[in-house]
Amino acid sequence: MAKGDPAVSSRGRRAAPRSRRTAATGEPELVQLLTPTGERIESAVGPDGTEYRVDFTDEEYRGLYRDLVLVRKLDAEATALQRQGELGLWASLLGQEAAQVGSGRALRSQDMAFPTYREHGVLYCRGIDPIMPLGLFRGVDQGGWDPNEFKFNMYTIVIGAQTLHATGYAMGVHMDGRTGTEDGEAVIAYFGDGATSQGDVNESFVWASVFNVPLVFFCQNNQYAISEPLERQTRVPLYRRAGGFGFPGVRVDGNDVLASYAVTRHALDNARLGQGPSLIEAYTYRMGAHTTSDDPTRYRIASEVEAWQAKDPIARMKAFLDKQQIADADFFASVDEQARAESVHLRERVLELPDPAPVSMFDHVYPHGSPEVDAQRAQFSRYLESFEGSAH
Amino acid sequence: MATETLTLGKALNTGLRRALENDPKVVIMGEDVGKLGGVFRITDGLQKDFGDQRVIDTPLAESGIIGTAVGLAIRGFRPVCEIQFDGFVYPAYDQIVSQVAKMHYRSQGKVTIPMVIRIPYGGGIGAVEHHSESPEAYFSHTAGLKVVTCANPQDAYVMIQQAIASDDPIVFLEPKRRYWEKGPVELDAPLSGAYPLHSARVVRPGTAATVLAYGPMVRTCIEAATAAAEDGRELEVVDLRTLSPLDLTAVYESVRRTGRCVVVHEAPGNLGLGSEIAARITEECFYSLESPVLRVTGYDTPYPASRVEEEYLPDLDRVLDAVDRSFGW
Repeated sequence: MAKGDPAVSSRGRRAAPRSRRTAATGEPELVQLLTPTGERIESAVGPDGTEYRVDFTDEEYRGLYRDLVLVRKLDAEATALQRQGELGLWASLLGQEAAQVGSGRALRSQDMAFPTYREHGVLYCRGIDPIMPLGLFRGVDQGGWDPNEFKFNMYTIVIGAQTLHATGYAMGVHMDGRTGTEDGEAVIAYFGDGATSQGDVNESFVWASVFNVPLVFFCQNNQYAISEPLERQTRVPLYRRAGGFGFPGVRVDGNDVLASYAVTRHALDNARLGQGPSLIEAYTYRMGAHTTSDDPTRYRIASEVEAWQAKDPIARMKAFLDKQQIADADFFASVDEQARAESVHLRERVLELPDPAPVSMFDHVYPHGSPEVDAQRAQFSRYLESFEGSAH
Repeated sequence: MATETLTLGKALNTGLRRALENDPKVVIMGEDVGKLGGVFRITDGLQKDFGDQRVIDTPLAESGIIGTAVGLAIRGFRPVCEIQFDGFVYPAYDQIVSQVAKMHYRSQGKVTIPMVIRIPYGGGIGAVEHHSESPEAYFSHTAGLKVVTCANPQDAYVMIQQAIASDDPIVFLEPKRRYWEKGPVELDAPLSGAYPLHSARVVRPGTAATVLAYGPMVRTCIEAATAAAEDGRELEVVDLRTLSPLDLTAVYESVRRTGRCVVVHEAPGNLGLGSEIAARITEECFYSLESPVLRVTGYDTPYPASRVEEEYLPDLDRVLDAVDRSFGW
């Protein structure tokens, strides 16, 4: 790790601020299998000596590239829809495609994921119709997919709350005897760098560790919690928090889909084999705003954004495919065309999403119902009916 | 039928044991619930008999207890969480009101969170700060939660099993100062044939005025009614049992019969359950009322030091005083 890290430094106090910044946000030591220029690295070694490598077929490489392009395009479409007033809000994943596709494709069908509100790429990998989260942001529902059918939970907006749900679910997996074998189940919890300051995330670290649950904590460190930079959340690299809780942590190049896949697959396999939790810090960057409500030019400088632009996850994958002659111009064109067509289709369907019936607000408050809610529903229905034929 | 005399605490323990026996998906979790059996011994002996995967000693973190229980519930378990004391539930407040209460709604019914959050609540045991609070209004105000409380051993035994069997997330408030009070418990009573969970019950019929109470105040009100009867005034005492939703049908029936109503609870009066009940009775039973609905409650202070809690807590005299005022209108 960086030599100036304050946790191991014997330097005087005056030197601390500089080294603190270096440790938290400087150029990290990370697992990388594909360089920003598209050079393939055969294998990479994590901090605990684990060697990471992937071996994909050409078709699989092309598939990952297709995923990256599609989720970026669909995300861009959603951003545009928000700008045109069709969505109330959108939390863009721009820049984080590799972390999400890499980890999402590493999941097996039996694995359960607990997302935040930005995991549109993971959602896509779980086979969920990409229109689903748009209902939430348009305000016609609160997320429409079945978490149990797709093994992908509802988006969680309260920061870090879902890490505890993931931990409890993983306890259940263990109690159901579904760990300890090659085909065991694993659980993954997504959260951001800001969430690591939350009590719930730290409590979930404690729980996961002492109960040794089959859980992968997947932190997408995109460098900012809305406007607050990483050094407002931590003085040590986030992946190293894991050591204090008693499980392994690794930092991966989150803009590298191959490394994100390799590291996540390894962690999930360890979990399903009964070897307990681990923390992955996917070191990445949010290229856009936190949500469409904020203005990132107020809190970060252009040169920083440009530096990350040079690490773009799609450009490097494209360069790799090109150099290795895994894909040709026709392939790239067909992917672009598919993305364009899917985004047009998405747009059409979003515009057609019907508003819910007003009386539906009373549905599903309680599984067993409630006389109070039932009475209010009936009263509201009579109230609505009183307007029929009037010019309200 | 086997009827035993049990304390309220032992009745809860027996009910929990029955729930663990009947459904392998029921798990109990909390701080000190295992070997110690809980600080009030409500889970006494359960870990010994059901193992540490059914009765789980957790790390000391309330949000973690509730949040992991949410995950267990999503997985198909039926977690029963113990919060050690009322005043310690607040670190878990976010998980309870933002997650437990809303999961079913948010998922349009696809996810259920069949969990029970047990909280020993209320004062009267001479405890230090944070150990005597009545947080029922916070939870009753949150749609998606149901809030119930028991007042005698029979209800404790039955209601805890009904709550665990229910798919609704339930905040189960246990009147801690009544833990040691004994009463008959019919152990073989079928849950389906017992009094439904979400219903109030007339525990002492009367005609002069209705006294509404729940949890620890039920006994106080029965004692007040006994004293009032000696003066020739028959009070009807209604145990609400369920605080959210309120069994207003039973409340209205009683108030229409008697024409007068006093609501009694330990929690502060401002925006407490009594406020809501008084408003609802006024809306629905206005022409049956002989006098305004009156409230007897804790004061709008933090729960005071225990040497003065007897002054803070509604007692027999304050209840009778309110009844007198009702008649003096």
